[in-house]
Amino acid sequence: MSALSVSATFAAAEFQTPSIEYSKLMPMLIVFGVALVGVLIEAFMGRTGRHQVQLILSIAGLVAAFVSVTMLAGDNQIAAVGAVAVDGPALFLQGTILLLAIPGVLTMAERSLDRGGVFTSAGSSTPGSEHERVLTATGVTQTEVFPLTMFAVGGMLLFPAANDLLTMFVALEVLSLPLYLLCGLARRRRLLSQEASLKYFLLGAFSSAFFLYGIALLYGYSGTVRLSGIAEAVSSNSGSDTLLMTGTALLAVGLLFKVGAAPFHSWTPDVYQGAPTPITGFMAACTKVAAFGALLRVLYVGLGGLAWQWEPVMWGVAILTMVVGSVVALTQTDVKRMLAYSSIAHAGFILTGLVATDTVDPDTGAVLGVSSVLFYLLAYGFITIGAFAVVTLVRDAGGEATHLSQWAGLARRSPLVAAVFTLFLAAFAGIPLTSGFTGKFAVFSAAIAGDAAPLVVIGVVMSAVAAFFYFRVVVLMFFNAPAPDGPAVAVPSPLTTVAITLSVAVTVLLGVWPTQVLDLADRASQFVR
Amino acid sequence: MNSYVPILVLGALSLGFAVVSIGAGALTGPKRYNRAKLDAYECGIEPTPQPVGGGRFPVKYYLTAMLFIIFDIEIVFLYPWAVHFDALGIFGLVEMVLFIVTLLAAYAYVWRRGGLEWD
Amino acid sequence: MPTILAAETTQAADATGVFALSWLLIALPLLGAAVLLLGGRRTDKFGHLLGTAMPFAAFVIGVVQFVAMLGRDPENRTFSQHLYTWLPVGSFQVDAGLLVDQLSMCFVLLITGVGTLIHIYSIGYMEHDPDRRRFFGYLNLFIAAMLLLVLADSYLLLYVGWEGVGLASYLLIGFWSYVPEYAAAAKKAFVANRVGDFGLSIAIMIMFAQFGSVSFDGVFAGADGASEGALTAIGLMLLLAACGKSAQFPLQSWLGDAMAGPTPVSALIHAATMVTAGVYLIVRSAPVFNGAPDAQLVVVIVGAITLIFGAIVGTAKDDIKKALAASTMSQIGYMMLAAGLGPIGYAFAIFHLLTHGFFKAGMFLGAGSVMHGMNNQVEMRRFGGISSVMKITWITFGLGWLAIIGVPPFSGFWSKDKIIEAAFVGEGWRPWVFGGAALIGAGVTAFYMTRLFLMTFHGERRWTDDVHPHESPKIMTIPLMVLAIGSAALGLILGPTNALVHWLEPVTGAHGEEAPVLSVPVLTGLTLLLIAVGVAWAYSLYVRQPVPEVAPAGSVLTRAARRDLYQDAVNESLLMRPGQYLTRFLVWFDNRVVDGAVNGLAALLGGTSGRFRRLQTGFVRSYALSMFLGAALLVGAMLLVRL
Repeated sequence: MSALSVSATFAAAEFQTPSIEYSKLMPMLIVFGVALVGVLIEAFMGRTGRHQVQLILSIAGLVAAFVSVTMLAGDNQIAAVGAVAVDGPALFLQGTILLLAIPGVLTMAERSLDRGGVFTSAGSSTPGSEHERVLTATGVTQTEVFPLTMFAVGGMLLFPAANDLLTMFVALEVLSLPLYLLCGLARRRRLLSQEASLKYFLLGAFSSAFFLYGIALLYGYSGTVRLSGIAEAVSSNSGSDTLLMTGTALLAVGLLFKVGAAPFHSWTPDVYQGAPTPITGFMAACTKVAAFGALLRVLYVGLGGLAWQWEPVMWGVAILTMVVGSVVALTQTDVKRMLAYSSIAHAGFILTGLVATDTVDPDTGAVLGVSSVLFYLLAYGFITIGAFAVVTLVRDAGGEATHLSQWAGLARRSPLVAAVFTLFLAAFAGIPLTSGFTGKFAVFSAAIAGDAAPLVVIGVVMSAVAAFFYFRVVVLMFFNAPAPDGPAVAVPSPLTTVAITLSVAVTVLLGVWPTQVLDLADRASQFVR
Repeated sequence: MNSYVPILVLGALSLGFAVVSIGAGALTGPKRYNRAKLDAYECGIEPTPQPVGGGRFPVKYYLTAMLFIIFDIEIVFLYPWAVHFDALGIFGLVEMVLFIVTLLAAYAYVWRRGGLEWD
Repeated sequence: MPTILAAETTQAADATGVFALSWLLIALPLLGAAVLLLGGRRTDKFGHLLGTAMPFAAFVIGVVQFVAMLGRDPENRTFSQHLYTWLPVGSFQVDAGLLVDQLSMCFVLLITGVGTLIHIYSIGYMEHDPDRRRFFGYLNLFIAAMLLLVLADSYLLLYVGWEGVGLASYLLIGFWSYVPEYAAAAKKAFVANRVGDFGLSIAIMIMFAQFGSVSFDGVFAGADGASEGALTAIGLMLLLAACGKSAQFPLQSWLGDAMAGPTPVSALIHAATMVTAGVYLIVRSAPVFNGAPDAQLVVVIVGAITLIFGAIVGTAKDDIKKALAASTMSQIGYMMLAAGLGPIGYAFAIFHLLTHGFFKAGMFLGAGSVMHGMNNQVEMRRFGGISSVMKITWITFGLGWLAIIGVPPFSGFWSKDKIIEAAFVGEGWRPWVFGGAALIGAGVTAFYMTRLFLMTFHGERRWTDDVHPHESPKIMTIPLMVLAIGSAALGLILGPTNALVHWLEPVTGAHGEEAPVLSVPVLTGLTLLLIAVGVAWAYSLYVRQPVPEVAPAGSVLTRAARRDLYQDAVNESLLMRPGQYLTRFLVWFDNRVVDGAVNGLAALLGGTSGRFRRLQTGFVRSYALSMFLGAALLVGAMLLVRL
């Protein structure tokens, strides 16, 4: 007894009480807090009105978190005993994720397109069973979607800000687990949705294992999981190179899986197609932002000293990703799958900017590799959310009409929707005066400044290939005769309307007048180390 | 590399123990089977009957297992807190309250949604 | 990384005072379009009024700026307004800015002035259309895009306006898109325009590659020292763009079909403004063309071919709007011809563009007024003798007719005569060929416009039974009167005094006095003689001789009319067939050679795509395997890189 207390006292003497700067973590705390309150609402509130309350709460939380991000703007420090970095890239990406999550949540809350909303009445009911039929008839829906989304958003906020690998892993899991669930909650085509969910889960777990293994090896190499510590170890060149290289590669596998880069992209089309469309849009936009943020931080802060070794590998990944995404998209016949491959191709374009590591703008001091990727992510996120929101509007008796042949002559039925979708496709293709052009321009010029001109040439060629399949859809919508029993364009509630309008506005604004945001990205391009 | 040698030794020892004990049992033991011996070993109690549908377990088992893990993890955090209660002071209190409240919210959800009822 | 060249030639002052309002010229109609198109049915009540007020407000600003400009020295009439920096990436940046000078001022006044009149007219013309608000929204969008096109200070921003104009015209031609033919016409216009746009985008790329700049200042500064080959390439690509937008040979086919849109659209887009964008582009790019004589020659050839082509097509059309469209094509051919002649012709091209804007808009609106009274019929064989029932339309249309055929002292005489004179300047074969074409064109124009005028307003009444023509309401006839006054007087104001030539001199450059190969009085006499012959011939064919009648039932033509058609057929076989063969050849070439290359590439990509696609089996196990192999590859690559 006494021995135990002695040892305890002894330990306490050496023990440093950690401190946590709650104000610096406010955005995440707000989002997680809202998620917890959401869980309690699910537990204690009656069915009626739950949907509204959850929606208002989530949006209010996202807005509040965004406001707190803007108040932190300009901070450049490490918080929570070295676990979290509060710096330019982290805050820019957190702001981006929160801004994207707002239209994302709005589309999820849409209930006037399909009776009861996008999500199933009960995820646990067997598809096609009597139980499901009875539940569907009541018109109820799983409102757990909202807290799940908020947990995912919280994880996404932490992911690009994580300053040590363990925190990063926790963030990865926090953002992934809710997404696995959300993917399986579609109201229509539930088997496809559940299949997508399971696939995503299995492959996600597989990739997490790689990630974790990578962490272990890097810990073995440097004796720390802190990125700055790893950077020190790299620069002092202590330890086994084999451990370092293998660890770096495995860590990259986990992150590249999340951004959907080839050859770790195989889950993307299946999951994007099967998941409820608003979830697909949310996932495609926000997860990519968060994962690229984490990839940037790992590669620039932790492994910056190793750049000349991982750059060639990233070249290869970027090229393969652009080629696979653009080329395979050519033969897709489903809108959601086509957009999935397009998102793979865009991951490749972003990787192109990422390899411009040590290119610093002499005038502004901006790190071009970082600032161009930051801008691209913001632009791409809004195009994606908007495009998937438009997909939810084109419906027939069986739900969303996603086969491309059903989109023929859509302009005849609804010129406005066709025009909006054309805008998003043009932005994906990188047509000037859309945000997509500005983004591509930024990453490609960063890559050129970073002596990666061959990469840019391939990027431009693949953009041309990609433009082909985007404009094929435009031609289909405008110049083909509509099928006699084709789908109709449903009139959404203000929720989806607002989401699409917001996306259109950002897409146009960042194309026509991107100066302010480019400046902001420039200023936000310094990592704290 | 030297520091890893004990781990390797431990691994070799445990592998050796498993192989030797199972091998010795198989080689030396009498082989008289009956129904009870062929049943799954569940700490001596009557084995749970195989569920209908061939090898599927009700999802309830997983639920219970997950709840167990949650509270298991809570203990993992509570113990060091208890050990360093004085040193951690008000900071430790705040953090642990946050932690426990988070778990409680999940617990409340499970409870209200009938996750604690077997049927 | 290329940097923007310092503009050496610029003498543009920063826009201050009233010129600082230049952005409003574009913003106002754009705002109108936004309100009308996004506001939905809520704006139905006042939409047409708002839609008319916006271009009118822009017109007022334009007039104030014009007056302010008059009050300054000719050298100090250029203003630039920097709007904002579009793409600031590193040391390279692309700016969005406006350029207000004498040339763009002409266009601003034409676009907003004629545009406002057409808006007013549309209030009456579209009164019973349920989608009138949407129509005004598109019109405003068009005005905004067109103003952006002429006010841009760089080719890039001009391109934005260029595309915007194309989009607005596509929307307006297909306004009644529930009629499949109309939708098809809109599509055709869109595609033909795209071909031209392709030329413009390539021209911009060459400029960027050659001069590192796409602003007017930068390009023109660079053009001074550039090789002739580069300038010729840019010039030809700009010409391709101009051909698409201005319906010039060989991209002229869409204009006739584009008459599917509501008639005010035909007046606004296909007479007064959009189709003149090509002429603007060539005149604006004067420094490029001045350094590329080969490109100039091609411009002149295209102009000459088109002016004859359009004139002959005009003689064959019985549809009043299509006949007017053909005449538009022909008149723009005159402008292109003048623009291709270099500094001697630029001012005359713009002069004819302005007078044409008035009289052609007036005639299109007059045709709309006739259609309004005749149950939307366009077949001239069912008109005749309308002059007595639609007096105002008759008189205003008559003034337009006198102007276009070039009877002194009406507008067309002054502007067209100058072009013919300029075409006869030069050495060798050129003045004879191009001057001759312009001269013959004038005669043919007199013939077909007289035919159109007489068939519509004079001779026997060949109306169908259910038609009871009546004069259009005031809101439609007042714009007609204003435009008719312009048709009559504009030439007289600007022509004899050479006011426009002096006004434009700082932009287009001065040129010495050069005498045409025939003396000026001889040329004017010849022109007038040919015009008189054309008019007389048309008179004898369509008033004196048995008029191609229409049977009382309203469908069967008489033998005489058939003989008349025979003449049309000759025209067609002489001029349209070769065109068609060429088109067919081009289609064949496009299908076999171009598409072959494209399809081959597409097949290669498609095949690769298909093979890749087969890897996507849908089985998690194969996905996991591919991930595992990928991870192994990545680890291997990292380890290899280290070696």
